[in-house]
Amino acid sequence: MELIYFVTEAMAKIVVVFAVLMGVVAYLTLAERKILGRIQVRYGPNRVGPFGLFQPIADGIKAFFKEDVVPAKADKPLFVIAPMISITAAIALFAVIPFGDKVEFFGRTVYLTIANLDIGLLYVFAVASLGEYGIVLGGWSSYNKYGLMGALRAAAQMISYEVALALSVMGVLMIAGTLNLVEIVRQQAGWSWNLFYQPFAFIFYIVCALAEINRTPFDMPEAEAELACGFNIEYSSMKFALFFMAEYAHLVAVCAIATTLFLGGWDGPFNLPPALSWIWFVAKTGILVYFFIWQRGTFPRLRYDQIMRFGWKFLLPLTLANIFVTGLIIVLRGM
Amino acid sequence: MAIPLLRGIWWFIKGMGVLFVRVFALLKGLRLTLAMFFSRPVTIQYPERKREVSPRWRGVHYFERNERGDTRCVACGLCVAICPSQCIRLVAVELDNGERYPEFYEINTVRCIYCGMCAEACPVDAIKLGRNYEFVDYQREALVLDKGRLLANAPEPMNQRSI
Repeated sequence: MELIYFVTEAMAKIVVVFAVLMGVVAYLTLAERKILGRIQVRYGPNRVGPFGLFQPIADGIKAFFKEDVVPAKADKPLFVIAPMISITAAIALFAVIPFGDKVEFFGRTVYLTIANLDIGLLYVFAVASLGEYGIVLGGWSSYNKYGLMGALRAAAQMISYEVALALSVMGVLMIAGTLNLVEIVRQQAGWSWNLFYQPFAFIFYIVCALAEINRTPFDMPEAEAELACGFNIEYSSMKFALFFMAEYAHLVAVCAIATTLFLGGWDGPFNLPPALSWIWFVAKTGILVYFFIWQRGTFPRLRYDQIMRFGWKFLLPLTLANIFVTGLIIVLRGM
Repeated sequence: MAIPLLRGIWWFIKGMGVLFVRVFALLKGLRLTLAMFFSRPVTIQYPERKREVSPRWRGVHYFERNERGDTRCVACGLCVAICPSQCIRLVAVELDNGERYPEFYEINTVRCIYCGMCAEACPVDAIKLGRNYEFVDYQREALVLDKGRLLANAPEPMNQRSI
């Protein structure tokens, strides 16, 4: 009986999270185009349905019915697997993100997170770096020099920013003393958000996250101007759509993790009932997502060497200094 | 001993200043795009609203009519001669009263480059370029204008403007 409960609960949460995530990803593509359009003083898509609201559906149908081209000299197994790796890693991130407080449901305590892992943050970093394989393998296996260049850049950039990203959340870890994301959120209850204790870490995290998900100031792997389309140049049809969805799912995931770690997760200015606490989480994540799109409409792409220099010579020392100062303060307060 | 330390402190302060200036520049950019985000788009929603074309706009050709309601063209052949893309074909006949008249007149607008030289060359202002720019079709044959279509293309007297 216990097992049935457990399986039902887990399945229900997985289905809900997956469905919501796919919907969000679909409409995020529309939101991004709309917001970028407004920033550029134009409307963005507004022809398909009212306010262009059916545009994602049209895009999906189009992607689905496109011819699925595999280049003759491509490494076929890798070529097929690469987008799957990308999307799997991006979606798997949501397994540990806590969306809301625990709720009482038919006399049982249900955590609003799929898996309440004790090593949640470690899992996040492990899975997030798996996503790079999708991009690297996809670019490499498509037997295209632009794809290869994109993959090389992706490998170099994402690996170097992963270091700074991990170091930037280290301060939060030192304060929280746990890797459990639910526990980290609970410690931030009542306006003691980590943002106020770790403001610089938050900024570093956002910058590194931009590089990690290949967003615009750091979108080297798919720099349109010089690499045509970068790693996904040979991809078409649903394989391309999978890469696209992975990018947006990754964007949402990164914002959700930032909310969890720095912005107090489901904690809000006034208390909602636990069953509705996810509203705060969604609102904060939405604001971060908006910022990510907003800055895409603002900043130009950096040159490759500038990105590498910024990562290794600026972000890395500063994140290390942040850890040092945090440790110093913790030690001094403990004395 | 003290001088390297001072130099180090000075270097640090200068670096922080540079950093501040650069971050401020980034924030200024963000402010601009946010202001643009909340401003009204300048897009003209095309099929519903159309842009006013220039008075000198050269669109699809039309024939001016004479007092009999027929084409003014006297089939002199100047437009045929001057057309740089050679897209005008003309067969002239001479009537009994000595007037010349185009029995067959055709502009292949697929080849036409809308330079307007035919209109400039015309001694009787018969061929003119109108203001219609929405001229597309799925068949090329439909884009070849004969005499009847050229006459039909004439704008309503209300919107008529001389070139």
